[in-house]
Amino acid sequence: MLQVEGVTKSFDDFMAVNGANLTVNQGEIVAVIGPNGAGKTTLFNLITGALKRDKGRILFKGEDISELPPYEICKKGITRSYQIVNIFPRLTVFENVQVAVLSYQRRSSNLFRPAQSFAVKETRSILESVGLLNKEKNIAGSLSHGDQKILEIAIALGNEPELLILDEPTAGMSPEETQATIDLIKRLATGRGLTILFCEHDMDIVFSIAQSIMVMRHGETIIQGGLEEVRSNKEVQEAYLGGD
Amino acid sequence: MFKSIVRTKWFAVVAAIFILLFILPLFAPRFFVYIFALIYVTSLLAMSLNMVVGYGGMFQFHHAVFYGVGAYAVALMLTKTSLPMWVGFIAGPIAAAITGLIIGWFCVRLTRLYFGMLQISLGSLIWAIVFRWYSFTGGDDGIHGVPMPSMISSLNSSYYFILIILVVCLILMYMIIKSPFGSTLQAIRDNSQRCEAVGINVRRYQLGGIVVATFFAGVAGVLFVVLEKSVFAEMLFWVLSLEIFIMCLLGGWFTFAGPILGAAIIVALRTFVGRYTEYWTLILGVILILVIFFLPEGVMGFFQDLFKPGAKEAVERK
Ligand SMILES: Nc1ncnc2c1ncn2[C@@H]1O[C@H](COP(=O)(O)OP(=O)(O)OP(=O)(O)O)[C@@H](O)[C@H]1O
Ligand SMILES: [Mg+2]
Repeated sequence: MLQVEGVTKSFDDFMAVNGANLTVNQGEIVAVIGPNGAGKTTLFNLITGALKRDKGRILFKGEDISELPPYEICKKGITRSYQIVNIFPRLTVFENVQVAVLSYQRRSSNLFRPAQSFAVKETRSILESVGLLNKEKNIAGSLSHGDQKILEIAIALGNEPELLILDEPTAGMSPEETQATIDLIKRLATGRGLTILFCEHDMDIVFSIAQSIMVMRHGETIIQGGLEEVRSNKEVQEAYLGGD
Repeated sequence: MFKSIVRTKWFAVVAAIFILLFILPLFAPRFFVYIFALIYVTSLLAMSLNMVVGYGGMFQFHHAVFYGVGAYAVALMLTKTSLPMWVGFIAGPIAAAITGLIIGWFCVRLTRLYFGMLQISLGSLIWAIVFRWYSFTGGDDGIHGVPMPSMISSLNSSYYFILIILVVCLILMYMIIKSPFGSTLQAIRDNSQRCEAVGINVRRYQLGGIVVATFFAGVAGVLFVVLEKSVFAEMLFWVLSLEIFIMCLLGGWFTFAGPILGAAIIVALRTFVGRYTEYWTLILGVILILVIFFLPEGVMGFFQDLFKPGAKEAVERK
């Protein structure tokens, strides 16, 4: 479904992503792991068009998307959540998700009908599935950190993506919230049939939900493979797992 | 339950105000009728600015240009062509919106402050053309004695015309702000990066917002001509752009009716204080400083916060 082939991105002289390769198959849950500064977030920014790659190709369902702007890539079926909370702080929880649903339904440019009458069912059902329905009227900026991270995912679901990218979905969460989020991700994959690409520092989480793991270091791909293959790889053990 | 009571109360208050304004010419002296009409025109202008700045988060620094273009378009049509008058009235807002589209097309390509700087430059260009092109626009003399249909040529009838158009525009603007387009615009203001990521072509929506807002600025320009039967090059000058910016600040961004209040305060000040002293802008400056320090959300924003249950705690938690 998604192929990243030899993608590079440098900031001034610093190579943040340096020839990364990644394959995500339909219906899979794929994790990207690597130490701080390995280039995981930058890679996600390249896939979703927030940054333009210097070299390499990014193919989604066989089509090269590396020159498309973010909103076109979203319309192709890729959405994402952010490592650092990136929501609409002044809008309500409901409105946060509704913005995405309206965009998906191509109704954002309707001028004279009240927004309240559109996309209500879809928005509510998303909020229900992530467990935020009881807070739909709250101002998003006043939610707890954990709820804001969940709202991140809810917004990303508004466009009914085929590929959902999650950048450290449980960062900063309490153990209970983390467990709830892991369950949510599993449900999204099995219930909605979503293909999921995520990155995460907690190895227990990675090994409990991922089917394939890509290991990054200094912007390079060390290996991508199944859980056992990655676990037993010497280079990975030295570079990453051993250090834990 | 509580909410619906508050809502009906609000509605009653608003309705009472409008009834009062409708019967105003029956008892108020002519001068007051004129000032109120001027406040309506200016309110519409300030509210159209608030659509792009308050709700859209764009640095629309030279909004007066579109007001001026609307006014000149109708004045030129009515004095220089023999087309039916209603064509001129429609030409005003359309000319303003087209100007908004052209200037906006360049501006949305830039971010924040650069957006504002470019708009000041392009807007000043239009002002310079109007100011210099004597044979067509009357230069700094402006155009006077614009003929009006007899139905709205007296002060009282123009007052009613302006008030009715204002009410219609307020309803339309309210609907637009509450529409999917309006909420998308507010989402862009809050977080344009996230909007792109959920499939919104941010520049296109910003440009759309500018076109809608400049259309209403053009309507305000037409209403000004209805009231004054004249146009002046000052209508496109940057000083007026600053003034309407201050009106929104004073009344409160993010509030729907705030700019009306701001416009009323500024027009009243300019009229009454300006009579006794040339330094009314100085007084304006002092008031503005006080507002920025003590009412950062504007006068309207302050009262809204006061009446919103739980608003206090929310502020404290921050
Ligand atoms: N916009 C930018 N400008 C300059 N340098 C950047 C920029 N974005 C990222 N970098 C650098 O690129 C490197 C990779 O950053 P990135 O955020 O992709 O790492 P990461 O793997 O997501 O790390 P973390 O686990 O801490 O989130 C870092 O050294 C970072 O400082
Ligand atoms: Mg990161």
